[in-house]
Amino acid sequence: MRPSVTSLEVIRCRSLGDALSALHEYGDAVVPLAGCTDLYVALNAGTLAATRFLDLWALDELRGIESHGDTLRLGALSTYRDVLASPLVRAHLPMLAEAARQVGAAQIQQRGTLGGNIVNASPAGDTLPVFAAAEAIVVLQSVRGERRVPFTEFYTGYRATVRERDELVVRIDVPPATGRQWFRKVGTRAAQAVSKVVIAAVRSERPRIALGSVAPVVIRARRTEDALASGAPMGRAQAVLAEEISPIDDVRSTAAYRLQVSKNLLARFWADTGPA
Amino acid sequence: MQLTVNGQQVDVDVHPLERLLDVLRERLGLTGTKEGCGEGECGACTVLLDGRPVNSCLVPVLHAEGREVVTIEGLRGQTVLQDAFVSEGGTQCGICTPGFLMAASVIAPGASLAEVREALAGNICRCTGYEGIYRAVAKARGPLADAERAQGS
Repeated sequence: MRPSVTSLEVIRCRSLGDALSALHEYGDAVVPLAGCTDLYVALNAGTLAATRFLDLWALDELRGIESHGDTLRLGALSTYRDVLASPLVRAHLPMLAEAARQVGAAQIQQRGTLGGNIVNASPAGDTLPVFAAAEAIVVLQSVRGERRVPFTEFYTGYRATVRERDELVVRIDVPPATGRQWFRKVGTRAAQAVSKVVIAAVRSERPRIALGSVAPVVIRARRTEDALASGAPMGRAQAVLAEEISPIDDVRSTAAYRLQVSKNLLARFWADTGPA
Repeated sequence: MQLTVNGQQVDVDVHPLERLLDVLRERLGLTGTKEGCGEGECGACTVLLDGRPVNSCLVPVLHAEGREVVTIEGLRGQTVLQDAFVSEGGTQCGICTPGFLMAASVIAPGASLAEVREALAGNICRCTGYEGIYRAVAKARGPLADAERAQGS
């Protein structure tokens, strides 16, 4: 049964400064709230333990996608729809546009945010392999100042991140990537599905390959990348990949299926992005 | 808390974390918007927020403060799409229909079948098998409708 919201408290902030002050005061006794596409699912199901929320939705300073030199700066409150509408993303990070297009469907894309996808820290988050393959930087702010964390070092374990209790993810910085970008999500259906396996990859002399839903956190398959860079045959690279990932049986899929699909996706990536 | 619903400014005394869905149905009596899954999967509760479709079961009402909400009741008088749902068999039991109509209402004229399917991918129908719905939207919004308009029929 859906619980009443009357016992819940919400702090509404009008500026980033307000939000950081509230986080400084309450720490992990307050849960930041943005597009609500995950939080309200838990709230409606009665599985949310939190009782105090910090509403970020009014903070327009956390919106916007712009280029800064050769870096793409994505505000944490940018929605999937903002991503899809951005010519900068299409030009410089097309694999992010493809990921955004495959999140939920129009209604979720309208509300869900990049910062939310990152901080929610699901191993199945659709944009996470993109940021891992793009070697993005997560920009955190607190009253103590700004901290920049490489995306590949942001997660410390299942649903665990390096974010300190008073920090807010405010932006994602993406350096320029050379090479052809590739993204695939395998779910039960094309829309409204949580991934069984999700992969983002960049084909260059130093290929970059990241996968979700096959380990407790999104992973970069660095040894597989090395194998492909050194000219190893696909069968060898697939064997290395099998050692790097740790898929499990769960409600959405099985370890065996995820392993086979991961190998298949690796081969497909290499074939699709290779010389014509 | 003030918001605009179907073109009218309304003032509601509600907890800011109440779901927009509940405010619409229980405070404002706009029961055309349905609750299906309550988790953003089915699209039955779709309304327009500032002109874009959202799942009202996942929107705290404070995110609608000062903004424009359009529900199925607000489509009254816009009959082309609704008539097409009737004539093409786009509705059976009807519980998903308001959500489909809201999602379909923002589909641009001339949309291809692929575009229509993608725009409606967040709405689930367990009766029609979708074909009647796609026919209805194609009739009201698709290239065929454009061609008919061009011929002045």
